Amino acid sequence: MTRAFLGLPGRRDKGFPAAAHHALADTQLRRNLRNATATIRAKRTKVVGELPDWEELREAGRAIKAQTLSNLDAYLEQLENAVVERGGHVHWARDADEACRLVTELVQATGATEVVKVKSMVTDEIGLNDALARSGISAYETDLAELIVQLGHDKQSHILVPAIHKNRSEIRDIFLREMPGVSKDLGDDPVELAMAARQHLRKKFLSAKVGISGANFAVAETGTLAVVESEGNGRMCLTLPETLISVVGIEKVVPTWNDLEVFLQLLPRSSTAERMNPYTSLWTGVTPGDGPQEFHLVLLDNGRTKVLKDEVSRQTLACIRCSACLNVCPVYERTGGQAYNSVYPGPIGAILTPAMQGVENAPTLPYASSLCGACYDVCPVKINIPEVLVHLRSEVVEHKRARRIPTPEATAMKAMAWVFDSPKRLERAQKAARRGSGIFARDGVIGRIPGPMHGWTDSRDAPAMPAETFREWWRRTH
Amino acid sequence: MVEAYPLNAREEMLQRIRDALHDVPVEPAAPRLYRPDTGLDHEGVLELFAETVADYRATVHRTDDSGRIAAIAEILTGRGLRRIAVPADLPSGWLPDKIEAVVDAGQLSTADLDAADGALTRAALGIAATGTLILDGSTGQGRRLLSLIPDYHLCVIDADVVVGSVPEAIRRLDPRRPITLISGPSATSDIELNRVEGVHGPRTLDVLLVE
Repeated sequence: MTRAFLGLPGRRDKGFPAAAHHALADTQLRRNLRNATATIRAKRTKVVGELPDWEELREAGRAIKAQTLSNLDAYLEQLENAVVERGGHVHWARDADEACRLVTELVQATGATEVVKVKSMVTDEIGLNDALARSGISAYETDLAELIVQLGHDKQSHILVPAIHKNRSEIRDIFLREMPGVSKDLGDDPVELAMAARQHLRKKFLSAKVGISGANFAVAETGTLAVVESEGNGRMCLTLPETLISVVGIEKVVPTWNDLEVFLQLLPRSSTAERMNPYTSLWTGVTPGDGPQEFHLVLLDNGRTKVLKDEVSRQTLACIRCSACLNVCPVYERTGGQAYNSVYPGPIGAILTPAMQGVENAPTLPYASSLCGACYDVCPVKINIPEVLVHLRSEVVEHKRARRIPTPEATAMKAMAWVFDSPKRLERAQKAARRGSGIFARDGVIGRIPGPMHGWTDSRDAPAMPAETFREWWRRTH
Repeated sequence: MVEAYPLNAREEMLQRIRDALHDVPVEPAAPRLYRPDTGLDHEGVLELFAETVADYRATVHRTDDSGRIAAIAEILTGRGLRRIAVPADLPSGWLPDKIEAVVDAGQLSTADLDAADGALTRAALGIAATGTLILDGSTGQGRRLLSLIPDYHLCVIDADVVVGSVPEAIRRLDPRRPITLISGPSATSDIELNRVEGVHGPRTLDVLLVE
């Protein structure tokens, strides 16, 4: 399947503005997204309104995450000890390559050539399916939306609902084309489509030897992992195979068992807008006679310690991947997730990806926002996304400034500084601009200007220069 | 690849974290000003539980202790089910004679369970605020796959294990047990964010609340 996220070599990223421009022209995509995000926004508002202590829960969630991150090394060691004590194995992976290699070796050690997967952002982030495929191991996505993406050779466009950009008839077409043994009379009713997926995956579940998952939370105190899901595919993958491999970002740790009482209230209401998601599985190492008898936990860094180091960006690691910020974002609603060209799309992706991979690898993402702040308002752990966006924008500028050959923008700014420095120079420049702007102005407005200024004028109008400046008016009338 | 990493991964990651945090003080413990409970009396909690469970399109049946066995028989025969998987430690006599018990003491294969019409278990806890049943593998609940593979689940829950809030439930659970929180039947919202009941888990969930 095609998989294009930032940092993958061999793929030229033209940046968010170009991709967004392309996406905005797709009226089907915009209709699908508008319907889906409007539905989920209304539901979320309703279930969040049921809890009079929502703000207290948010503050607890924020503070628990901040406290965890400030003492992360100790909690990870505690988690490791607890998992090992309960018969699990713990592995550490510095980056995507190391994690993929570890998981591949663990699968190979079982002799299996097929694995079933629970939907997991982190395995998308490290490109695990492709890595397994290169070693001859087939990974079957079992979440319905991930299955739609995998069968459609497509890219994810939403954290929670990766196929949100597809409507029912597009999904039916994908199933008819790619799902072996599916009935030719398959309709586009969501119930019928879900049943087709059930039938397709049932055999895989019942015969799978290895399951691969992520985790929503990992409790340091007890060694417990939590997977929050809806369909039951998670329970299948976590219960039926003989071997379970869970790949977990180091920021997923929470200190105590009781911390789950906060996050199990925040997450479902923020993500699927339910009081509680249908299924949550909690397991601690290995339970004799119940579920996988071999359990491996892979703890992943892959840029997270780089984010931890940055005082402003650090809060990004509190993210519980609920996707509420995507659903309220006016930019996301119009461009969809694929325009971000990042595994993590939307407002959280616009800060998480550049913070983890460096702004030099995602220089346009911090600008993929109007800074309206709706994302901050809904974030269940109070990540100040606009603050981090502005911070990363300044990093983008700093990074450009460090280049030996200045950018045209930097050169223009230098020239402007020189002009603004002297009243005489400013006046001369204003006169010149008045003459110059006459070429571009129409009805008192300057529209698109070709050449180096197009980046500023493609999507904004500027007023034409007035007939006289304030100084000229003052001199004339006083 | 070994040469590329002079330190082992564990040591290097812990060192990176310590470097990142060297000037960061440990933050104070989180304030927990949220509600520990719902503020309802037990009668109110039970009413709320019945309401929220039904909200997620599980069917709620209510009876008292003397009516338990008759209610189970009525629910199962009403659904037209004949072969029901049960954990070996489910109290004997819960299943009526005309229904065949497929008893699991850990020996049944996934195919055996797949061939059963449904499963009957107890629940360890219930949460009223969220309409949640909790199974933790204690008496009468069996292995996790018992209540997962069959397409139907009848869950019997005693009123005295229904609590009001999520915090009340979490604080009563033993983390060392394999725990499953169940809120309604299996569902997905993956197609246009419309909720569809019944994907991979049991498509039908009956809940019998015994007061």
